[in-house]
Amino acid sequence: MTTLDELRAVVPAQGWLGEALERVAADPAAIGRLFPAVGRRCGRAPLPDAPGWSTDEAARALLLAALPAERVAAEAETLYRYGDAAEKRAVLKALPLLPVGDAGVPLLRDAIRTNDPRLVAAALGPYARRLDDAAWRQAVLKCVFMGVPLAVVDHLDERADAELATMLAGLLEERRAAGRDLAPDVLALLDRLKGV
Amino acid sequence: MRILDPHIHMTSRTTDDYERMAAAGVRAVVEPAFWLGQPRTNPGSFTDYFDSLVGWEPFRASQFGIRHHATIALNPKEANDPRCREVLGLLPRYLEKDGVVAVGEVGYDSMTPEEDEVFAAQLALAIEHELPALVHTPHRDKARGTRRSLAVVAESGIDPGRVVLDHLNEVTVGLVRDTGCWLGFSIYPDTKMSPPRMVRILQQYGLERMLVNSAADWGRSDPLLTRATADAMLEAGFTEDDVDRVMWRNPVEFYGQSGRLDVSAVAETGATFAGNSIQRGGS
Repeated sequence: MTTLDELRAVVPAQGWLGEALERVAADPAAIGRLFPAVGRRCGRAPLPDAPGWSTDEAARALLLAALPAERVAAEAETLYRYGDAAEKRAVLKALPLLPVGDAGVPLLRDAIRTNDPRLVAAALGPYARRLDDAAWRQAVLKCVFMGVPLAVVDHLDERADAELATMLAGLLEERRAAGRDLAPDVLALLDRLKGV
Repeated sequence: MRILDPHIHMTSRTTDDYERMAAAGVRAVVEPAFWLGQPRTNPGSFTDYFDSLVGWEPFRASQFGIRHHATIALNPKEANDPRCREVLGLLPRYLEKDGVVAVGEVGYDSMTPEEDEVFAAQLALAIEHELPALVHTPHRDKARGTRRSLAVVAESGIDPGRVVLDHLNEVTVGLVRDTGCWLGFSIYPDTKMSPPRMVRILQQYGLERMLVNSAADWGRSDPLLTRATADAMLEAGFTEDDVDRVMWRNPVEFYGQSGRLDVSAVAETGATFAGNSIQRGGS
């Protein structure tokens, strides 16, 4: 899992971001106006040295981490609540790096309820270990249904179980009855689960 | 042909419309926050709606290679309901979003004191958040409403070059032409403007600061009337460059004043959406 220190190394606290981090540490409420501006100020390019992360996502995670620890959970919830898709995604990806305990689980559940594959995918990172098994299986199944590559699912093979295999096999049967198929990564998972 | 529809309520349209719009040349849209068929009665209804304008709709549009931006405001009709007034306090969060390129639709519906207050307060927000403003001119008592809107704009101190007065017609275009404000025209199947009438206005008043939109919504409307107007311009002897100016460069210039309009990818390629990375998760 990518750590905060790794993100700090690839997105240095300079210029606008450096000032924003200082402001948030001194005045936590300032994050409300700084957080949405991150993409415009820091850019949105993918970060080759932090696979799966983009510049704006990393900078937003660092802003959340700059908050006083006791404020992080509440601010993350509010920023997610009023966030656009990019902000919501950044909050979801930052959750496993933040001192929030289980407080972020409702945000994950919200993201999994959406029809936006970018949010569903972001909800299945390392923080998803806090989801109960039933919710996690449904989320993985939703990824398959939406065509989200299973590579986004953290610890997929460790957690995938017989019940998930049954659910996937059911979807596969429906698809094949309709003359359609599932993606190769899903078929491969199903084979692994069946011990083929 | 490339079209930026500067005013269209995609929330009310089907996904098939996006597909047809993309095929007709619509590469980008701006969706103003406005009233719906059913009046809302609490601030939560507005925030869910605003969330959709900066979340779900941009995603839906992106599936067809269309860039989606929004304008955010408490509309004049619902400004009259005291249960909705709290929305004003929630606007600053949304006015900082990447996809929000103006404050709007503001203006008048029935020209009440409540509408006066909310209109002025939101022009002040536009100045504070360094955004242009989209002003809806009323459908009833339109000429007086347009004059009164211009007075409120002048009094607010906002640069008139950062304001568009929308839903203009033959009667009101002359009131706005020399004010420095931009001029918006909504092309409708029955009401507001039609393509041939729009062409005559462009012939008479020129192309500068002119914006043409479909304003398609939940009423009888047509999201392809921008394209129909572009075709009518060509038939009337306007050049392809003239059409590009009205349908693309003018709205890009107006909303570009926000510093947040992002049409880079579509402006460069001008091609239909090829990738499916978002459908496949985009991560």
